[in-house]
Amino acid sequence: MIPGPFSYHRPATLAGAVKLLADLGDDARPLAGGHSLVPMMKLRLATPTHLVDLHGVADLKGISRDGDTIVIGAMTTQHELLTSGDIRQSLPILQEAAALIADPQVRYLGTIGGNVANGDPGNDMPALMIVLGANFRLSGPGGEREVAASEFYQGAYFTALEPGEILTSISIPVPPAGHGYAYEKLKRKVGDYATAAAAVVLTMAGGKVATCAIGLTNLHETPLLATDAANAAIGSNLDAATLKQAASAAEAIMAPAADARGPVEYRKHVGGIMVMRALQRAAGRAA
Amino acid sequence: MNDMTPTREQRTAALEGMGCKRKRVEDIRFTQGKGNYVDDVKLPGMLHGDFVRSPHAHARVKAIKTEEALKVPGVLAVITAETLKTVNLAWMPTLAGDVQMVLADGKVLFQNQEVAFVVATDRYAADDGINKVEVEYEPLPPLVDPFKAMDHNAPVLREDLAGKTTGAHGPRKHHNHIFEWTVGDKDLTDAAFRRAEVTIKEMISYHRTHPSPLETCQCVCSFDKVKGELTIWGTFQAPHVIRTVVSLIAKLPEQKIHVIAPDIGGGFGNKVGAYPGYICAAVASIVTGKPVKWVEDRIENLTATSFARDYHMTTEIAATKEGKVTGLRVHVLADHGAFDACADPSKWPAGFFNIVTGSYDFPTAHLTVDGVYTNKAPGGVAYRCSFRVTEAAYCIERAMDILAQKLGMDPAELRLKNFIKPEQFPYHSALGWEYDSGDYHTAMRKMMETTDYAALRKEQADKRAAFKRGETREIMGLGVSFFTEIVGAGPSKNCDILGIAMFDSCEIRMHPTGAGIARMGTKSQGQGHETTWAQIIATEIGIPADNIMVEEGNTDTAPYGLGTYGSRSTPVAGAAIAMAARKIKAKAQMIAAYKLEVHEDDLEFDIDGFRVKGLPEKFMSMKDICWAAYNSVPPGMEPGLEAVSYYDPPNMTYPFGAYLCVMDIDVDTGVYKVRRFYALDDCGTRINPMIIEGQVHGGLTEAFAIAMGQEIRYDDTGNVVTGSFMDFFMPTMVETPHWETDFTVTPSPHHPIGAKGVGESPNVGGVPAFSNAVNDAFSFLGSTHIQMPHDFWRNWKAAKTLGAVA
Ligand SMILES: Cc1cc2nc3c(=O)[nH]c(=O)nc-3n(C[C@H](O)[C@H](O)[C@H](O)COP(=O)(O)OP(=O)(O)OC[C@H]3O[C@@H](n4cnc5c(N)ncnc54)[C@H](O)[C@@H]3O)c2cc1C
Repeated sequence: MIPGPFSYHRPATLAGAVKLLADLGDDARPLAGGHSLVPMMKLRLATPTHLVDLHGVADLKGISRDGDTIVIGAMTTQHELLTSGDIRQSLPILQEAAALIADPQVRYLGTIGGNVANGDPGNDMPALMIVLGANFRLSGPGGEREVAASEFYQGAYFTALEPGEILTSISIPVPPAGHGYAYEKLKRKVGDYATAAAAVVLTMAGGKVATCAIGLTNLHETPLLATDAANAAIGSNLDAATLKQAASAAEAIMAPAADARGPVEYRKHVGGIMVMRALQRAAGRAA
Repeated sequence: MNDMTPTREQRTAALEGMGCKRKRVEDIRFTQGKGNYVDDVKLPGMLHGDFVRSPHAHARVKAIKTEEALKVPGVLAVITAETLKTVNLAWMPTLAGDVQMVLADGKVLFQNQEVAFVVATDRYAADDGINKVEVEYEPLPPLVDPFKAMDHNAPVLREDLAGKTTGAHGPRKHHNHIFEWTVGDKDLTDAAFRRAEVTIKEMISYHRTHPSPLETCQCVCSFDKVKGELTIWGTFQAPHVIRTVVSLIAKLPEQKIHVIAPDIGGGFGNKVGAYPGYICAAVASIVTGKPVKWVEDRIENLTATSFARDYHMTTEIAATKEGKVTGLRVHVLADHGAFDACADPSKWPAGFFNIVTGSYDFPTAHLTVDGVYTNKAPGGVAYRCSFRVTEAAYCIERAMDILAQKLGMDPAELRLKNFIKPEQFPYHSALGWEYDSGDYHTAMRKMMETTDYAALRKEQADKRAAFKRGETREIMGLGVSFFTEIVGAGPSKNCDILGIAMFDSCEIRMHPTGAGIARMGTKSQGQGHETTWAQIIATEIGIPADNIMVEEGNTDTAPYGLGTYGSRSTPVAGAAIAMAARKIKAKAQMIAAYKLEVHEDDLEFDIDGFRVKGLPEKFMSMKDICWAAYNSVPPGMEPGLEAVSYYDPPNMTYPFGAYLCVMDIDVDTGVYKVRRFYALDDCGTRINPMIIEGQVHGGLTEAFAIAMGQEIRYDDTGNVVTGSFMDFFMPTMVETPHWETDFTVTPSPHHPIGAKGVGESPNVGGVPAFSNAVNDAFSFLGSTHIQMPHDFWRNWKAAKTLGAVA
């Protein structure tokens, strides 16, 4: 549990960081909170020879509101998400999920950028980003571009990030006032990744689900948008039969790995249960 | 007497003696980060060692190439079995009479086995070196399932034992067989089963787990070439035994070995044995002439350094229709891994598992244990347990519930019906123990009354009905556990380690000002000895506990003792303290008599000094007696006030307790909630109720962990899949239930202060309480036994198998 040798760089500007990554090439990696990268380095599963620490780049921090969009700097920590008034008001589901990530120590350092850029199927933020329709702003040697969260994830630890690219911020359209939301996460203990988790954002009209998006965490090598499950819920009052239908539709697209959290069969089953519980809780919260 | 004279109560309170909730004195340094642990030992020029470990469970080692590693800056040496052979240390003896490879000698037998030891100027360089050692392996078929160990075509694991038909504990039946241990009367037991009106039979497994202290095992070895002396700082629960073992295997004179166990961050049995790291660090220090530190990491500790349990217990009870037990038959298949490195008293290959008749009056019983080798890490240590008592308690407590279910009786009622009665003590069990004292009925009834057991059963019946009507998806279980422990190893007539009787010792020296130092053969790993030992002395001799310093762990200054594990410190060393204190008191009485100019017999001890009988104003305090011991002792008496006691206990002590766990399980996810946990412990005389409570909390938390998910699991090819705290369940305070503690007091009749030991009871009694709660919850759906651990997915699986989830 001792990392291999590496050198450490701490640029002060985004341009400086991008240039460093370009100059240092494939063996360089951006370092954010370090709570996914450093454990992997200690196991020598990751052996970057250069770490480019983004903590010195002030532009990457902070939460702001731009009309109906919330913009979150990549280096914003989970703790900052939990204490932000803007997030509480406009994107409460992020707070519900952030509070279920790891423990306070990890949340003081772990960043939203690192969480979404990491590409680990166990990370909680990616499914939320897809459900909320977030866009990621990327900056690299070839300039800036935006990628939708729904297009970002390609496989376990494979994302749309090109070598040398940095995720600078995340833009999230503010869901309508009165929306209902819930993040249901089953885990074995504090500090554990999800055995299965479901994110739901919906609106209700006349006692029926009007709009709905469902995201799934750690039930596939990438986060999933459960479109069929959401469609099953829309137009219903979430009666028992509809909930079951939504759960089966969600289970149909799940392909989790068997691990110490349980066999595939169990993880899919509880994935379905998380979908049902999240739908019910979200509906209960909607105006 | 004027108003300023302290009352008797005030004088007693000032001592902070036995019965006082004295705050732990060691916590002052621990809570400020000022403890002194092995990793805090930093010596000039100190080197660091680390292991190359096997990725395979079973493989032949064809070649080890070290050239590239030696080119890594900072790497000074790479030690292999070939190096160790030059000093005859490639293999080492185990406490169980087997031998164990220190470094892979031709073969590896478990994943993460030590293959080579890289020594470097710092820990980073050592790890870089490890990555450059090239080992060529030829994989061999792994043996993972202990039930297949004795198949005729099972792979041969221990080639070094080829042709050996006898091991340390008698004949071996198969190349992977270690020993067979049999206790009890087979014929009588078989007859009881033939006559039985009701019988049950179940294979009850206690899975492999690990003690996992937060501080891993570690040492610093420093060899002084000029003096020919070896100093070892290490995480040792038994420092004296380590010194003797090192002397015997390294052929160094014992007086030239200094073993120091500084503060220890938890042991739980993990730090009793000798591990390859200690040998390699010592050899590396001898080879390089520099101090060498070895500190294992979490993965190494979990996967290679001593597991616990792994007992597969086929259990049968014979009984009458009315629920009176008439016989017990148990066969254990014990998975010992690649080497038999159990840390039991030497003559006990299965520890004290023959306490398996538990708290019940079994007229006859028969037990057989077969130990086998598999391609898993060695160990079998007593994880917060007195040598396989946890396995035994789990076995009998689960089996009693299964019998109750078969008879349609309440499990508490079945236990009450079969308890050994108070008047039967001292009680001779069918498997050979003499229980010292107990009052099981009172403890059980107190548990049932305090928790309102009857009301809980009623609630459960209602919930079950509601579940069947489809109104709830939650089921409720009540886990009853009544355990009898056997601790305080042990009497020299049946307990030794490598021939050394398992006594323990105390040396007390009182200084002129009425302060003193007590040195012990035990070694606290967090139990609070510095606090409690002083309390015993305070009450015995009337000197405030604050004036007594307790010192343990340095073999040069401490009297010889066998260390701390198996809840033996209070039963054995606690007795030695009382006996040494009584010697001090006897001499003090002579000095007081001389000073007060009366005959000794005219004095009586009164809290903190001696008083002349009938003349209350003629009093000499112990403080003053200490002073007198250094200037005016009676003619002919040696000056000073000092005593040593080596205590060989006449018997074990038998703590017991009644536990109840109330659990709710959501069948759709398998998620459980421990709604209530009540633990009544009877550990005899209570020295420090606060420390007892702390011990109970800790032991229950570990029991909770083990029963509900903590395991060392291997896949089919022998890879360990639970090598970190992500997957090895270590509950945080969020998961840990609230504990309700209670007690009764039944002193041990043979112990000088009547104390029995408590550290392990909650682990022993806790595991069956949790497991019985889960099993009780599911029983109405038709199950008789669900194996541990009861983590979420397995609970769901049980619900699914029983048809409770689609
Ligand atoms: C005990 C423990 C429990 C945990 N439990 C959970 C959990 O339940 N749920 C969960 O979601 N997470 C969990 N985590 C992970 C934690 O949330 C991490 O902080 C997070 O995954 C990564 O964020 P970071 O800021 O620490 O990134 P780092 O570890 O620094 O980086 C992660 C990866 O992202 C890259 N990266 C980081 N920032 C950028 C950027 N701006 N642009 C491009 N690439 C970037 C890095 O190069 C690296 O490859 C846990 C971690 C620990 C130690």
